[in-house]
Amino acid sequence: MSAVIQVNDVSKRYRVGLSHATTLREHLSRLLTFTGQRDRSQAEIIWALRDISFAIQAGETVGIIGRNGAGKSTLLKILSRITEPTSGSIMVGGRVAAMLEVGTGFHPELTGIENIYLNGSILGMSRREVKSKLDAIIEFSGVEKFIHTPIKRYSSGMRLRLGFAVAAHLDAEILVVDEVLAVGDAAFQKKCLDTMGSLRERARTVLFVSHNLAAVENLCSRCIWIDGGRVRADGDTHEIVKAYMDAMVGGASGQADLGNTENRKGNGKVRFQSVELLAPDGTAQRVVRAGDPLVIRLHYIAHEPVPCPSLGLRLYTEMGTLVTETSTWHHGIHIPVLEPGAGHLDLQIDCLNLMPANYALSLWATDDNGAVVFDNVECAITLEVERANIYKSGKDFDSRCGIVFFPQKWDLSGMHADGLPLKKDAGECALEPR
Amino acid sequence: MVIVLRRSDMRCFIRTNMRGNSLSDFWRFHELLYFFAWRDIKVRYRQAAFGAGWAVLQPLLTMIIFTLLFSRVAHIQTGGVPYPLFVYCGLLPWTYISGVISLASNSLVNNDSLLTKVYFPRVFLPTGSVLAGLLDFAIGSILLVGLMIYYHVGVSWSLLLIPFILAAMILMTSGLSMFTAALNVRYRDVRYALPFLIQVWMYATPIVYPMSVVPARFRPILALNPCWGIVDGLRACLFQNLHFDLRLMGSSFAVTVALFLFGFVYFRRAEKGFADII
Repeated sequence: MSAVIQVNDVSKRYRVGLSHATTLREHLSRLLTFTGQRDRSQAEIIWALRDISFAIQAGETVGIIGRNGAGKSTLLKILSRITEPTSGSIMVGGRVAAMLEVGTGFHPELTGIENIYLNGSILGMSRREVKSKLDAIIEFSGVEKFIHTPIKRYSSGMRLRLGFAVAAHLDAEILVVDEVLAVGDAAFQKKCLDTMGSLRERARTVLFVSHNLAAVENLCSRCIWIDGGRVRADGDTHEIVKAYMDAMVGGASGQADLGNTENRKGNGKVRFQSVELLAPDGTAQRVVRAGDPLVIRLHYIAHEPVPCPSLGLRLYTEMGTLVTETSTWHHGIHIPVLEPGAGHLDLQIDCLNLMPANYALSLWATDDNGAVVFDNVECAITLEVERANIYKSGKDFDSRCGIVFFPQKWDLSGMHADGLPLKKDAGECALEPR
Repeated sequence: MVIVLRRSDMRCFIRTNMRGNSLSDFWRFHELLYFFAWRDIKVRYRQAAFGAGWAVLQPLLTMIIFTLLFSRVAHIQTGGVPYPLFVYCGLLPWTYISGVISLASNSLVNNDSLLTKVYFPRVFLPTGSVLAGLLDFAIGSILLVGLMIYYHVGVSWSLLLIPFILAAMILMTSGLSMFTAALNVRYRDVRYALPFLIQVWMYATPIVYPMSVVPARFRPILALNPCWGIVDGLRACLFQNLHFDLRLMGSSFAVTVALFLFGFVYFRRAEKGFADII
């Protein structure tokens, strides 16, 4: 097999701090006052990609992972020829279909069917091609009833499905897909993943960028880890995903200092300083057993009075699946104003009904309608959940049994069988705090 | 459904650091040009009760106003051609040129999400507007024919030259559309300066007045205005008592071709940076 994509020493430089879309007046005034040179040096230069090289063989499905801002999207843009590298070269053999966004170029005034033609054409399909696939696209999208309605009347979910339906019917040798799966409901995500899987079976070359590590593991045999604009690792998906997870969450210590974390967003009016995992008596807890009680203590500092904040967290599996989200807002707790200074708040969990595995916590501080993000720390701490006798049956469970377990009980009174449970309470879930 | 890919498609290795896009892509994507034009047309008069009637109404109302102003008040002489017909004949190409350029200059900026998310030959965005404008032009032409019949204007063989005049009009509009669209990506000033410049340009073009009112020594300078050749040429084709001024038309058309080439080259050079700076 020959390389269908060959990337040689590709670098991409961006200048930030100086808007390129300057007005002519600024340009002229800079010229007149001879400050052009100074302005240029003040502008910060960012290397989004630095000397990236790799080759992809025909028929490979390659996942690209990396933190936000690692350069994944820039790489995809270069591969799909939207932008050019500052240096280096790329050789692409065959038609590239890029799905960097679902429903690109949809016009709200046009009907569903008109947008299928427009979008298909933008993605590189001929009119005849779209026409021959029209029925399949409409059926796939599931919006048959509204296909003659302008899509400005569509819900965002319907637009998404229509957009994906068009993209799923692209016939290109190389498919480049960015995070389109991050949006939409679970059923839609499953449909997307199934489509991706079938594309792989048709021996297309697929490049897949995602934060959903489970999806990457399922779909891709090979994985490229981009970090700081460089290829940090390239090889077997399972090994690289594992290495990536280890690097992302760091070592578990029951406490994480967030003072120097880079993984953060928000305007900084409130900052999380650290997060602690505690037992109910207040002692530090490095590992937690499934079904144990747990206190998650969030230390924060507010730099000015902040009206109506909402603080909370999200819990993710190692593979990036969101398990749950909770915050003071979810609980209807109204905080009129958060006074400047440091403090902490505790999330008390009576029974941590998570299956044994590692989980990642991300922290959020927003205003009470979520519009303004004060602070957001991804992967603030790893929560290691250890095996435990959760059903009091002496059996062992781990992440292969799922993510969570529920308060539950088997009732066998309707069964006609010998050898019913000997112990009366057997089979009952231990969800009482121990 | 089986998609047959040409061998050349498969073998064609693209070096992205060499050229923004290869000319072969123009062919691969050529249908997109029609789709952009079609979208412009579809969207233009959506939710307008009068619909495509505006394509006739705009030049018609301007014609009436200009007739009242310049014919009745300023008494401009037009060499035997009825003034409404004379001015409409100028307004028709002018409405096309000015309308397309204002639309096309924003075509890249208004489609920024396309530029940053999909690859396609960028030049199809402004030229799609150029193509879409032709429909309005055609509708407006029907009114012109009506006016000619109404005023009993006889025609001659010079009518056969009209395609050349229209080709020049499209060429010049394309060149300026590409240039202003690309410039607008870098300098949004274009958006504000253009309406004003277009207005000035209109009065520098013999639309409301005949060339004869311009003193002879200024004519060579004004003939550098590419619109001059288009408007004057169109009239000379239609009305027997007006004549081609070949020298003036020649310089106008030379500028037209130069504008087209300049616009195209500028666009191709600028398009590499569109996705990064828009």
